[in-house]
Amino acid sequence: MDTLWGGLTKAFWLVVTRDSDLLEIALRSLQVTGIALAIASVIALPLAAFLAVRRFRYRRTVIALLNALMGLPPVVVGLIVYLLLSRSGPLGVLGLLFTPTAMVIAQVIIIVPLIASIAHQSIRDLWQEYHDLLISMNVTQGQKIRTLLWDCRRALLTASLAGFGRAIGEVGAIMIVGGNIDHATRVLTTAIALETGKGDFALALALGFVLIALAILINLAIHVLSRTEREGRW
Amino acid sequence: MKRHLVLGFAFTLLGGGAFAAEDMKMAVTTSFHNSGLAEVLLPEIKADLDLDVHLLVVGTGQAIRLGEAGDVDAILVHSRAAEEGFVATGYGTHRREIMYNDFIFVGPADDPAAIGTALSATAALRRIAETEAVFVSRGDDSGTHKKEQSLWSNTGLDPEEFGDWYRAVGAGMGAALNTAVGLNGYILSDRASWLNFGNKGDMALAYAGDPVLFNQYAYLPVNPDRHAHVKHDLAEQLEQWLVSDRAKALIDGYQINGEALFVFNADAEAEAEAAPAQ
Repeated sequence: MDTLWGGLTKAFWLVVTRDSDLLEIALRSLQVTGIALAIASVIALPLAAFLAVRRFRYRRTVIALLNALMGLPPVVVGLIVYLLLSRSGPLGVLGLLFTPTAMVIAQVIIIVPLIASIAHQSIRDLWQEYHDLLISMNVTQGQKIRTLLWDCRRALLTASLAGFGRAIGEVGAIMIVGGNIDHATRVLTTAIALETGKGDFALALALGFVLIALAILINLAIHVLSRTEREGRW
Repeated sequence: MKRHLVLGFAFTLLGGGAFAAEDMKMAVTTSFHNSGLAEVLLPEIKADLDLDVHLLVVGTGQAIRLGEAGDVDAILVHSRAAEEGFVATGYGTHRREIMYNDFIFVGPADDPAAIGTALSATAALRRIAETEAVFVSRGDDSGTHKKEQSLWSNTGLDPEEFGDWYRAVGAGMGAALNTAVGLNGYILSDRASWLNFGNKGDMALAYAGDPVLFNQYAYLPVNPDRHAHVKHDLAEQLEQWLVSDRAKALIDGYQINGEALFVFNADAEAEAEAAPAQ
């Protein structure tokens, strides 16, 4: 109990005094996850709509695969990305290992199946409603996808926020491919793991509280921006 | 309101991309990093050499793997046999001893296996095995783990055959110490990590002092013949700094609670003879 309280007060002081190290790693967390989320959404959302409107032979298999990959263990993703980006690996010449870019790559792989699966569920339901209308208007495949994505935007936001949540709290993969290097690839989650290893539970908890607060703030901010959860607005 | 939020987010995405002029990557052991010495040395290295040393804190086993793959420019580890293998297979240019500290046994303050009065590290381990007191092993192929294995082999006992009291956790020094505190068991730790550890609970230093517990740290630059991209010149600059009088003063002077942790023992002369005159 003492440690919990110590963590809370420490978190408070870290934020109030604008601790420069905290600011740096918190910004890096946001930066890495923000970029990963943007890339993952650009891949996953159109993919989800495509899977909803297009019938092809292995469609069920692809959907089942995406659903299964939602449970992809981050440590395994980290290890695979490490082996690919290692100097001895196939993409070693790029020199990307132990950089924020490597962390973004790992996070994109982890959250694309999650975002695509959740988005696909919502788009499929909407597609059942829109199917006859859109077919009768004789629109192209691209127009169908655009219409569905736009009219489903609120559910897609939820899908993206779920991806954000998974990415910003992730530690296994980015520890391996980022290396938790001070002033280079250290983010909130890897710093928490480090402080726990040092036995400094109060500081580790404080960072954890900052991470939780950050996630809440981002979610609130996005709801304000997109004006969801308000009367009369979609 | 909306515009401010968007701007703030955009800055977040763009910011933080500043890069220093020169940087190199060095894999170090968790025990070295947990000691806190890195936080003293790195700012001085930055000031003296204008060099940002990026530390990858891993076990000795992983550090050597990173060196072999060419993912780091140098390693600083403490497992002599593994280091000599690293040089012998051509992945490292040479092995340079920098400093040492010692391993200690940490255990419950009431010392149920009475290892405090043991005459040697081997005898202490035998007592733990006889009483079947809980013993936490790193189990992660790190330098500390390898040391523990060699100590067990001195006793003629095989950890593979131990019962439930022997717990291999497969974790870094700090995580293993947390486990030992939680289980109220014995553990082999380097002195520096233990002194700097924040969650000591009811545990205390139980046994230390046998010369076999000596813990030598060595610096090994990665061979540029194997990996042309490694920053060998920077690794050499760092080596010269690590064996200098300046490093000696900082390493010998580093204390926690009034206790010195490391003893500098690099031989500056030896290298001066071996290296071509510049």
